[in-house]
Amino acid sequence: MTNPAGGVEGLPREQVDQFDRQLTEILKRYPPDRKASAMIPALRLGQTLFGHVSPAVQRLAADRLGASPSRAEEVATFYVMLETHEFGRHLVEVCTNVSCSLTGGDRLWAYLKAKLQLAKAGTTADGTYTLREAECLGSCGTSPAMLVDEEMYEQLTPQKVDQILGGLT
Amino acid sequence: MSDTLVLSARWGKPDSASLGTYRADGGYGALDKALGMDPATIVEEVKKSNLRGRGGAGFATGLKWTFLPKDIRPRYLTVNADESEPGTFKDRYIIELDPHLLLEGIAITCYALDIHLAYIYIRGEFAKQARALEKAIAEANAAGVIGARLLGKKDFDLQIHVHRGAGAYICGEESALLESLEGKKGYPRLKPPFPAVVGLWGKPTIINNVETIANVPWIVQHGGDAFAALGIGKSGGTRLFGVSGHVNRPGIYEKPCHYNLKQLIMEDAGGILGGRALKAVIPGGSSSPVLAAHEIDISLEFDAVKAAGSMSGSGGVIVFDESACMVRALARLSKFYAEESCGQCTPCREGTTWMEGILEKLEHGHGTAADVAKLEQVANSIAGNTICALGDAAAMPVQSFLKKFRHEFLEHAELRRCKHGDHGWGLTQEPRDAVAGPVRYAR
Repeated sequence: MTNPAGGVEGLPREQVDQFDRQLTEILKRYPPDRKASAMIPALRLGQTLFGHVSPAVQRLAADRLGASPSRAEEVATFYVMLETHEFGRHLVEVCTNVSCSLTGGDRLWAYLKAKLQLAKAGTTADGTYTLREAECLGSCGTSPAMLVDEEMYEQLTPQKVDQILGGLT
Repeated sequence: MSDTLVLSARWGKPDSASLGTYRADGGYGALDKALGMDPATIVEEVKKSNLRGRGGAGFATGLKWTFLPKDIRPRYLTVNADESEPGTFKDRYIIELDPHLLLEGIAITCYALDIHLAYIYIRGEFAKQARALEKAIAEANAAGVIGARLLGKKDFDLQIHVHRGAGAYICGEESALLESLEGKKGYPRLKPPFPAVVGLWGKPTIINNVETIANVPWIVQHGGDAFAALGIGKSGGTRLFGVSGHVNRPGIYEKPCHYNLKQLIMEDAGGILGGRALKAVIPGGSSSPVLAAHEIDISLEFDAVKAAGSMSGSGGVIVFDESACMVRALARLSKFYAEESCGQCTPCREGTTWMEGILEKLEHGHGTAADVAKLEQVANSIAGNTICALGDAAAMPVQSFLKKFRHEFLEHAELRRCKHGDHGWGLTQEPRDAVAGPVRYAR
């Protein structure tokens, strides 16, 4: 699957090189004969570099880790933080589990749907935001909470949400 | 009851997460002491301490350690930082505010058990906490605290690495965690064999929760008996209890493990929001059976909560005031278990989705009394019929809510609506100032 030029299945060569360099660092954490253990970090790296974990990214990770492509697919489709399809430029995930909703999480979810003009979880028409509900984020004391591009924001109010989204580039 | 702080003593000090301040406060002194001890003696002290697992199961830590086969190497340590049980938010503060306490606990544990490679499995959503750990590990390596020689003087090498998950509650289950760490989807394994015998990469592996391991330095420094004396009976030490929901002062409170639940809610956490009456309490994370208001004057010690019909679990206490709708709350919890069921066992995969559907129907006024009976039947059919504890965890809230608050479910069926309307989550739904021990988080 790897062509001599270093590009893989239409993935840009520059990013593939970057993937290989950063994967070398990640692999220092695992015994040399246990490279497949790095599947989650490898796929996350792929998501960062290529936008989402497409089948080509899955095959790239599997190839580099000496694992089967089906292993990569199994992992890519199991974990919610791995995106197998394109999504918005910003990912907004609001916790609506019990502790958050007791302090306003469910209302924030409704507020965000209205603000982004979405009837349910999904991506805005302009592709800027993907909005969805999150499960408990471990911020039950400082609730309600949300993740924006994988960073946590806590003790939220609609005003704070406006500020946070307004500050995104 | 003792007011000794084992875990949160350094929280709130300036730069508490740095190696410099940790050492200035005597940090890594317990490791230094441990290196002069016979490893078997350390294990004995931990056994004497009555330390029980803080992840939820409350299993005796020292006893778990003795399950390692004597002659198989390598062995591994995996620290469970997957903290995902709804209502649980304690380990993150150990990691954010005193990560070297955890690293010292890991180093001592590894030395005691002849382990040279440890992983901290941290949930993917904890980005800030993962960075805090990476930084602390880098500091400890650079200073020669860990690495080729422990504290730069003992001929014992130790590598500690962070492994980040990617969003899956099931990976907090120890055998699913191992699958995930091996680069697979998080399907729990059939037990036995237990991980202490066949664990990571088929080798003996000890898996302990963050809070559990963070107690080890204190135990070595002060002795197992002193730790046991902080608690009661078979439960030693203090615990980080997390209080969330309808209380005036939510947050983390370190208390002896037999602290009174009512006192924790009514005094420490400032009582019920808006001066309203208490309706219900989930005492140990979302999987633990709910208690009605009149049942909370109990000790939080593991066996005492069990005797009261629930579980002290992860120490995550969720409080509902009288204005909350228990049907809505259970519907949301059931959605969680349906989302997080890994799909391996049919009763759990199908049953959790079924329960979620029935509860949504009831909450929105489309359910009948027959649906309430069906809900209970489904829960009873999941419990005890799955490989891991997630099935029971999904069934227990349903069974207990129906037992304690059945009238609310039947009322929804009778009225064909939720009488709370838009206020199902209570009359006051807003953030409040919170605490983590002495640290205050202003809203």
